[in-house]
Amino acid sequence: MADFEIRDLRASVEGKEILKGVTLSINKGEVHAVMGPNGSGKSTLSYALMGHPGYSIDGGEVLFKGLNVLELEPDERARLGIFLAFQYPVVVPGISMTNFLRTALNAKRGYDGKDKSKAISPKEFRSLLKGELEVLHMDDSFLPRYINDGFSGGEKKRAEILQMAMLKPEIAILDETDSGLDIDSIKFVAEAVNRMRGPDLGVLIITHYTRILDYIKPDFVHVLVDGHFVLNGGPEIADRLEKTGYAEWTDADEPAALKQQEVG
Amino acid sequence: MATAPKPIDVGSDYKEKYGFFVPEDYVFKAKRGLNPEIVKEISFMKGEPEWMTKFRLKSLEIFRKKPMPTWGADLSVIDFENIFYYLRASEKQSKTWEELPADIKKTYDRLGVPEAERKFLAGVSAQYESEVVYHSLQKELTAKGVIFLDTDSALREHPDLFREYFGTVIPPADNKFSALNSAVWSGGSFIYVPKGVRVDVPLQAYFRINAENMGQFERTLIICDEGSFVHYIEGCTAPIYTSDSLHSAVVEIIVKKDARCRYTTIQNWSTNVFNLVTKRAMAYQDATMEWVDGNLGSQITMKYPSVYLMEPGAKGDVLSIAFAGKGQHQDAGGKMIHVAPNTTSTITSKSISKAGGRTSYRGHIKMYPGANNSKSFVKCDALLLDDESRSDTYPYNDVDAENVTLGHEATVSKVSDEQLFYLMSRGIPRAEAETMIVNGFIEPFTKELPLEYAVELNRLIQLEMEGSVG
Repeated sequence: MADFEIRDLRASVEGKEILKGVTLSINKGEVHAVMGPNGSGKSTLSYALMGHPGYSIDGGEVLFKGLNVLELEPDERARLGIFLAFQYPVVVPGISMTNFLRTALNAKRGYDGKDKSKAISPKEFRSLLKGELEVLHMDDSFLPRYINDGFSGGEKKRAEILQMAMLKPEIAILDETDSGLDIDSIKFVAEAVNRMRGPDLGVLIITHYTRILDYIKPDFVHVLVDGHFVLNGGPEIADRLEKTGYAEWTDADEPAALKQQEVG
Repeated sequence: MATAPKPIDVGSDYKEKYGFFVPEDYVFKAKRGLNPEIVKEISFMKGEPEWMTKFRLKSLEIFRKKPMPTWGADLSVIDFENIFYYLRASEKQSKTWEELPADIKKTYDRLGVPEAERKFLAGVSAQYESEVVYHSLQKELTAKGVIFLDTDSALREHPDLFREYFGTVIPPADNKFSALNSAVWSGGSFIYVPKGVRVDVPLQAYFRINAENMGQFERTLIICDEGSFVHYIEGCTAPIYTSDSLHSAVVEIIVKKDARCRYTTIQNWSTNVFNLVTKRAMAYQDATMEWVDGNLGSQITMKYPSVYLMEPGAKGDVLSIAFAGKGQHQDAGGKMIHVAPNTTSTITSKSISKAGGRTSYRGHIKMYPGANNSKSFVKCDALLLDDESRSDTYPYNDVDAENVTLGHEATVSKVSDEQLFYLMSRGIPRAEAETMIVNGFIEPFTKELPLEYAVELNRLIQLEMEGSVG
């Protein structure tokens, strides 16, 4: 059995069935890409895996560390080692990024405001943060700012990656992390993810375009159309999609290899 | 996601943290009830001059005549005959922390006052029961000519200065509760800052109620002479009792030409207290008055800090937050009375309601004829934590001046599922995530507080939020 198993996952939004039985096995050390046209259920997959309240689970299970994560609250999933890099990171006014990162780290360490010995010390926190910022070639100017408040598209994605680096998940889901990014930002994100790649991390990249896969080479590619996988294979699938797009499964003739810049 | 909210639970350790009480040990204890004899006895016990005794008796008459206000929260359950109007905790005032009675020190230890003392205090005027018992003034302040006393001492030691200003900003007849306070007032702070003197460290006072059915009627008077500056802070927490308790303070402030005064309050009365406070400042030419007002506790709060902008260039600000949990009604806001031209005012009000709690913003902007070229901006944001809670706004605007700018913005929102999901997706438990969002919502208020108060406020919010999330 794989480290992270999605079995026959079915999910709907507001009564509309979106995921119609998705099965996928991810082992740590592997990078999987889920590709698909608009409306195929890509974002639903990432939200359902993380436990967004707007998505109802109609069937299936997701097994990780002997638990069915579908039965867990989002925070429990996170503390178990699952991370979702959001396509649209949410603005939360009044809370600084520093405070957010510290609170998240403390939560992961089981600190609930009572047993101080579990809390990360200010010194330890600072040095951890400094180290990750250096590795990511990021400056600390956005740390005093409110969570994602007034961040540019690139800053938001960098902040997501920093959170991932700090929390050190075992399964990371990157939801359309490349959308709305200029090429420099894509390269930055890709480099950061490549640095984190290793035997302790399984990655699920969810993307419409093949562009980011030029920089993060997937081990496996899965094509999601209308709520289920229509094709599973190796990186060669991405090359094929780059040429032909999703036309063989949909009426749209939109090429998946779309290279035009969507700068956000 | 969330099921129906559970009933409010202030936290099992609330009593330990904030609801503790120490045995009563009073030198003098007045009888319950309100009549001329009790008022005379209070005045006699304090050794007051005759004019004050008369002032009190006259105020009592006014109180008797005035009807109970019915335009706001429901006050009909207050039984004025079942309240102690004067209590005294110890005979003498202490000059230093060490001299404080042990039980009182214990009380403040639990509140963390000593740390505050070490870090920030320039002088402390801590009201325990109805009497100011502790008082210390830094030599520096005295050397600058700043007077920082409890109000009773100020009447004795500076009778002329006292009489010149006392009751001039809020006369007894202003409203029923200012009349009540004028009749039975006890304690509070008196501050005089001489011309051109800036007091750089906030002056602080802590108030507590600690006797069943005991009213707290402190009276504060602050005079900022020309070009001076002072920041006064009052913070309140109160023990839990079963029957109703009344807090009805009067705060009068005079801010003269070019002076600036900031008055910060964090009120956390226990949820059986009726908190009915009249706060008003007069701001003269180019003077600035800032009210920073946080209301967390009490059963009912009615409080509308106001600024009378008396001369050109005067500026008034109210920045307030209110938190209403189960059974609580926070009816708060502000009043800006523009009397002179070129005056400006802002009111920023943030309220949080949960578990059926109710917050109301009630504001009044008045621009008299001649108050031309004046500006006022009002912003109220309400956050509702569940469907059973309630928030209302009652803005009253009254403009008779020309060429004025008047803005009003109001929002009502809920804790967003998206924000909650985002924070939880990073491993932060739901209750903590909700607390973070609430603390973030009031951050514009918190950041105006000295650090220790900001920390304490965030802790109080956390306490209020505990066990409340379904």
